[in-house]
Amino acid sequence: MSKTVIVSGNFAAAYGAKLSRAAVVAAYPITPQTEVVEKIASLVADGEMDAQFVKVESEHSAMAACIAASNAGARAFTASSAHGLTLMHELLIWAAGARLPVVMVNINRAMGPPWSVWADHHDALAQKGTGQLQFFCESNQEVLDSVIMAYKICEGSDIMMPAMVVEDAFILSHTKEPVEIYDQELVDEFLPPYNPEYKLDVNRPFGFGSLGMPDWYMDFRYKMAEAMDKAVDRVEEVNKKFKEVFGRDHGGLIEEYKTDGVDVLIFTMGSISSTSKDVIDELRAEGHNIGLARLRTYRPFPAEKLRELTRNVNVVGVLDRSYTFGHMGDSAGEIKAALYGHKDLILKNYIVGLGGRDLTPKILKNIMLDTLSLQDKELDEEVEWVDLRINQERWRR
Amino acid sequence: MSKKEVFRIVIDPKDHRDVPLTWITDCPSYLMTKTGSWRTLRPIVDNEKCIKCGICWKFCPDVSIHVEEEGAVVDYEFCKGCGICAHECPVDAIIMEREDDHV
Amino acid sequence: MAKLPDEELMFQGTTACPGCGAAHAMRYTLKALGKDTIMNLPACCWAVIPGVWPSRNLDIPLLYNAFEATGAASSGVRAGLDVNGIGREVTVVGFAGDGGTADIGIQALSGCLERGTDTIQIMYDNEAYMNTGIQRSGATPYGAWTTTTPVGSRQAWKKNPKKNMMEIVNAHGIPYAATVSIGHPESMIDKLRKAKEIPGPKFIHIYAPCPTGWRSDPSITVELCRLAVDSCVFPLYEIENGVYNVYKKPKKKIPVREYMKLQGRFRHLPENEVDRIQVNVDREWELLLKKEAFTKEQVV
Repeated sequence: MSKTVIVSGNFAAAYGAKLSRAAVVAAYPITPQTEVVEKIASLVADGEMDAQFVKVESEHSAMAACIAASNAGARAFTASSAHGLTLMHELLIWAAGARLPVVMVNINRAMGPPWSVWADHHDALAQKGTGQLQFFCESNQEVLDSVIMAYKICEGSDIMMPAMVVEDAFILSHTKEPVEIYDQELVDEFLPPYNPEYKLDVNRPFGFGSLGMPDWYMDFRYKMAEAMDKAVDRVEEVNKKFKEVFGRDHGGLIEEYKTDGVDVLIFTMGSISSTSKDVIDELRAEGHNIGLARLRTYRPFPAEKLRELTRNVNVVGVLDRSYTFGHMGDSAGEIKAALYGHKDLILKNYIVGLGGRDLTPKILKNIMLDTLSLQDKELDEEVEWVDLRINQERWRR
Repeated sequence: MSKKEVFRIVIDPKDHRDVPLTWITDCPSYLMTKTGSWRTLRPIVDNEKCIKCGICWKFCPDVSIHVEEEGAVVDYEFCKGCGICAHECPVDAIIMEREDDHV
Repeated sequence: MAKLPDEELMFQGTTACPGCGAAHAMRYTLKALGKDTIMNLPACCWAVIPGVWPSRNLDIPLLYNAFEATGAASSGVRAGLDVNGIGREVTVVGFAGDGGTADIGIQALSGCLERGTDTIQIMYDNEAYMNTGIQRSGATPYGAWTTTTPVGSRQAWKKNPKKNMMEIVNAHGIPYAATVSIGHPESMIDKLRKAKEIPGPKFIHIYAPCPTGWRSDPSITVELCRLAVDSCVFPLYEIENGVYNVYKKPKKKIPVREYMKLQGRFRHLPENEVDRIQVNVDREWELLLKKEAFTKEQVV
C-alpha cells in the first residue's frame, strides 16, 4: 500500500532511490545534500533498502564508483550539490560517454566564493553540456517521482544516458511536504530491473573504453546526440505512463500553467514556479492575459515544444536563478536560440534569487507587471538583475 | 569464448549505426596491430645452441617467442626486436642482427 | 615457487615500446590472477598499449576510468558485482601507473584502502609520467632526469626523494602489501596469488623499467630489475598484517653505481651525488631489515 508521509525534498530523493531499487549508492556529504546520504545510510543499515552504500572520499570518487558499478550491471545512484557537483564534472561527461544510466539528485546551491549554501542554479546549469538529462523539480513529490522516471527514461536501450534530478537548496531540500511513497510492487512494474546489453562479465571479456581515434570519435558522439534527441519524446512518453500508473503529471518537458491563448508568457524553473503560479492567478484575476511555463526538462532542451507554446505569444519574461557571466541568464539564452527564425517576439531576462535571495510574491508580481508592460512599450533592458540593493525600491514597492 | 563470438560486435563497421553505444572493444589486438614492422633489430636463434630452457619465452614482453621441439621460435609478425631474449639467453643462442640485412 | 603459467591472457599486438616493463607487468599479473579477473585502468601507458578502438588486448573484462579514479572505480565494480551475487570468485583489480597511484590517484586509492574494498590495487612503477612523455612524478627517484626535471644550468634533475608508497598504504592498516619486480616473475606470481586469496584491500608495487624514459637499452629491462634488487634500490618485500618479510635478500649487495650507469636518466650525476644516493639506499635497506626484525619479533 502506498502511504503519504511528511518529508523533506532530501528524504523524497532518498525514497526515490529506494523505490527505484538503486543497488549501489556512492555519495559524499555536502550541505544541503547531507540528508539524502544520511537517509540512505539508515535505510541500508536498517535493511529497508537492499543496496551497497559505498562511502567514498569525494564526489569525484562518488561518480567514479557509480560509473564502475553501473558498468558492472548495477543500478547506481548518487547525490550532490554545488562544489561537489562541479568536482564531479569530469565524470558527468564520462558517465554520458560511457552510456551509463546513472541517476543523481543535485541540490541546487550557489558556488563560492563566498561560501554560500543557498539556492542558485549555477551549479547544475554549468553541467548542461555534459550529456546528463536534467530535470528541474518544483516539489518534493516531483523529486521522488522524477528519480523513478529518470531511471525509466535513461535505461531505455536506445537512450542509455545519465540523468540529474535537480531540487532547490533548502526551499525543497529542507522543507517538509506531504509526499506519497508508492507501493513497491507498483514501482517494480513501472521500472523493471536494470539489465544492460553489455556489462563487465568474465564470460564475455569485452573492454569498456579505449583509445578512440578521430576517424570514430565523432561518430560515437553523434550516437549520444541521437539518444538525446530520442529522449525528448521519451520524457513525454514516460511522463504519460507515469500518470497512468501513479496518477501524477509533472509536465514532462515543460509544465504549462494557464497558457491557453495568453499574450504574455513567463518562464520559470524549480521552486520559484509555485509562488509564481499564485502571482499568475492574481494577475489573471486582475484581467491580465498572462500564463506560466515551467522548464522542467532542461536537457534535452524542449525546443520544439517551446515553439508550439509561444506560437501566439508576443512577450516573454524569463526568470533565471543564475547568470552566465558575459552574456545573460542561461535559460533566456537557450529560449532565444530555440525561437530564433521561428518566432519574432519580445524577450526580457530577469536575473533573480542568486545565492538564495528570497523571491517574494511582491517581487514576482512586479517582474510580471514589467513583462506585461512590454506589450505597449519598447524593451528597456534585455537583461535586468532584480532586487539588487541599487534597485530594491523599485521591485519591492 | 569461441572465435565466432569474438567477432560478434565489430565486423568492419561502416558507420555509427553498426557499432554498440559505447567504446566496447572486442577485436583481438593480434588481428589489428602487427608490430613486427617496428623492428630494427632481428633476433636469430641458433638451435644448435638452444637448450630449450624457455627463459626467452618467460621474458618476452610481446609474447613473440616460444619453445618448440627444435628450439626457440620467434614470431616475426609481432616481435619488436627489443633484444631481451638475446640478452637473457643463458647460452647465447640468440643474436640480434640488423633488420635491413634481412629485407 | 610457482612456475610461469602457460596461459597467455595478454594478446600479441600491444603498442607498448620495445622492451616495455609495463607489458611484462600486465602479462605476469594476468598469468597470476587468471581469467576470472576484472581490471580497471586509468589514464596511463596501459590506456594506450591495448591499441585503438576496437582493439582488445586482454582476455579479461577491462574498464577504463578517469586518471584519478582507480581506487573509486575498484570499489564501484566490487559493489556492482556484489549486488549481482558475484563474490570472491571474481578478482577486482585496479592497475595504475605511478602517477595514477602515487600522485593524482592517491586520494581514491587511500579511500579504497580505508573503506576495505576487496580488491588488489596495483601500481606499475616506471618512475615518471611515461605516457605523456617522461615528466617527473612523485615516484621519480632523486637524481633522475625527466622532461620536467631537465638538466639545466640553473636547475638540474629531480631533487626530491621517491615517495614511499609501501609505507603510505601500510599506514592504512591493510592486510597485505608487496613489492614485486618483473625481473623476478615467479615470485611476482606468488605474491599476486597470495594477494588474491586474502580478502580486503591489497596493494602490489610492481617495479617496471621503461627503456624509453630511463634512456636504457630495451634489451636490459630485465637486467635492470635484477640490478635494482641486488643493489637494494628496489628491495623485494611484503607486509602481511603489519609484519615485514624481505623475501629476496641479495647474496652480495652491489653498488648502486652498477645499476645507475646503465641508465641515461642518471648520466649527468656527479660522483658525490651517486655516493649520496648510495648512503640513502644503504640507510633505507638497513631500516627495512630492522622493520622486518622488529615486526617479526612482535609476532612471536
